[in-house]
Amino acid sequence: MLNTMTTPTAPVPHPGPMLTFPARILEIKEEAYAIATYQIAFESEAVRKTYRFRPGQFNMLYLPGIGEVPISMSSDPAESEVIGHTIRYAGNVTRAISRLQTGDVIGVRGPYGSYWPMERLIGDDLCIVTGGIGLAPLRPVIYHVLRHREQYGRVYLLYGARTPKDMLYTDEYEAWKQQGIQILLTVDRADPSWRGNVGVVPMLFYQLRLDPKKTAVLTCGPEIMIHFVIYEALARRISKERIYVSMERNMKCGVGLCGHCQFGPAFVCKEGPVFAYAAIEPFFGVEEF
Amino acid sequence: MPELTPTIGAFVSIEKGRLQNVMDALKAAGYTLVGPTLDEGAIVYDEIEGVADLPRGWTDRQEPASYRLQRREDDAYFGYVVGPHSWKKFLLPPRRTLMRVVKKEGAFVVVDEEEPAPRYAFIGVRGCEMQAIHIQDRVFLGGPYQDPGYRARRQQAFVLAVNCTEPGGTCFCASMGTGPEVGLGYDLALTELDDIFIVEIGSELGATMMRETDWRPAGAFELQQARDALAEARRNMGRQLDTTDLPNLLYKNLEHARWDQVADRCLSCGNCTMVCPTCFCQDVLDVSDLKGETFERVWVWDSCFSIDYSHVHGGNIRPHTRARYRQWLTHKFASWIDQFGVIGCVGCGRCITWCPVGIDVTEEIDAIRGEV
Repeated sequence: MLNTMTTPTAPVPHPGPMLTFPARILEIKEEAYAIATYQIAFESEAVRKTYRFRPGQFNMLYLPGIGEVPISMSSDPAESEVIGHTIRYAGNVTRAISRLQTGDVIGVRGPYGSYWPMERLIGDDLCIVTGGIGLAPLRPVIYHVLRHREQYGRVYLLYGARTPKDMLYTDEYEAWKQQGIQILLTVDRADPSWRGNVGVVPMLFYQLRLDPKKTAVLTCGPEIMIHFVIYEALARRISKERIYVSMERNMKCGVGLCGHCQFGPAFVCKEGPVFAYAAIEPFFGVEEF
Repeated sequence: MPELTPTIGAFVSIEKGRLQNVMDALKAAGYTLVGPTLDEGAIVYDEIEGVADLPRGWTDRQEPASYRLQRREDDAYFGYVVGPHSWKKFLLPPRRTLMRVVKKEGAFVVVDEEEPAPRYAFIGVRGCEMQAIHIQDRVFLGGPYQDPGYRARRQQAFVLAVNCTEPGGTCFCASMGTGPEVGLGYDLALTELDDIFIVEIGSELGATMMRETDWRPAGAFELQQARDALAEARRNMGRQLDTTDLPNLLYKNLEHARWDQVADRCLSCGNCTMVCPTCFCQDVLDVSDLKGETFERVWVWDSCFSIDYSHVHGGNIRPHTRARYRQWLTHKFASWIDQFGVIGCVGCGRCITWCPVGIDVTEEIDAIRGEV
């Protein structure tokens, strides 16, 4: 059924797949309201040296006595000794994380899941479409592109947030632009400082002229946004195989043993979170599926 | 007593009482015997000492939402089918600690907390249950991440299987191709006739356990009797199911009106998932001591019918019973095949018997197929 599944690899050898490794918080950076990026490093040097991740994968972050939460990496995959996670304080575990400080220790295991297929996209134009905190799992893609700029054609970032203050990583946009990433921003509600677009993210497609033969779409965000991103991409004759979607489900174990994150035939933690739209088309948008 | 141990694949016969010798050999080899026994008005699986603990002379009458024990007219040892328990209770205990964390100087230490696996000898594994074990093997041992606790218990388990000659009212193993005779994977398999057991030797270990038992090669007449009994059982299944092209049938009917209809009856209680021998969903609990110094992470059985099973920030993916029942049924009969290369149902009928409102999967699938 899912012909574009990628088999994940776990570079850190696990004595048991659920065992966590202590990691120290090196830096906490406020990004927006109730969103911060945590730079962490494994305590064990052996783990630190062997750990690698790919753009789009996630770790399970653990707080003793409170629980675990799946968070995708938002930092540069080429520098995996210090790993960045951009976290929105939403549930029990993330709210407890919000009370931590630099120097505190959390548990980390991973990386898990499929990734944005950067090798397969070499030579292509990339259209990165995302909303809110959905930019976090795509920032490693941008870092990868910046390191290998010559391997990719035109690169667009279409990004939207509720208000200008909710936008992530704004201090990096200028550097990204200078290295040839075209950034189109939009907000749901403007403030007096805002001079840009107001409206939903998929509308930004109307400002582009994409070459359907060369373009791949990479999207992550609320399911309703993804729904319309797919609509706009298909309307521009971009094939289903070249629209990549990062899905969200309840990932409890991260290793396909607990069942919670099932999405039709897929375990989102194992075959996902990144899927080619062609693989999930029969199930995407089925209500409550 | 023959000097030789029987060879693998051989059929031998033993007097029924000699089963105790086999059990004694297993105990002497360090196995904990687990088998059917009477408890609280049902035949359950629990630790047993010997043949005296088996529900000899009892049978069960099973129908949707109904399970009754009855005295048999004979004193057969295995004259009943499967009860609410399955072997997953032992291979995948309902609650197990997976790690312990101890706080230490501002950081913490992780202690691997898998308990040493007991050596179980499963007495009376039926054909459907043997297949259920194979299915859970694929789930927990077949992928890139394996469950070490399951692996340890499974590798050490001895399987003494029993062929079913009297299927129950909710059985449909013949439709699922899992019974009434046991497929591969057992150490010994019994067929109960009037005064003897025919024992098929499935493994070297099984043969070893026959060494202290007075056996003789099974006679042609006895073997024919056993074959006839199994053929008869196949004809007497309480239920049947057309398994043709189930994945496409279900995937193409995700919006079928039957899901609404079944949701009106389903209580979303999760009984079907608890009694199912293949359902494997688990949740992780975080437990801490009162001082907040040591913490445990605990695996517990979970069910796709529970409310927060599909919880993500902002709500649940499947708030309605309709979606949860659809998830369970399509997983069992369709996506399971995509995930593990095998259908997730073995036809044991437990979900039909133990559903408090008697929802019958075979009937639901027939309805979606348009045959009701």
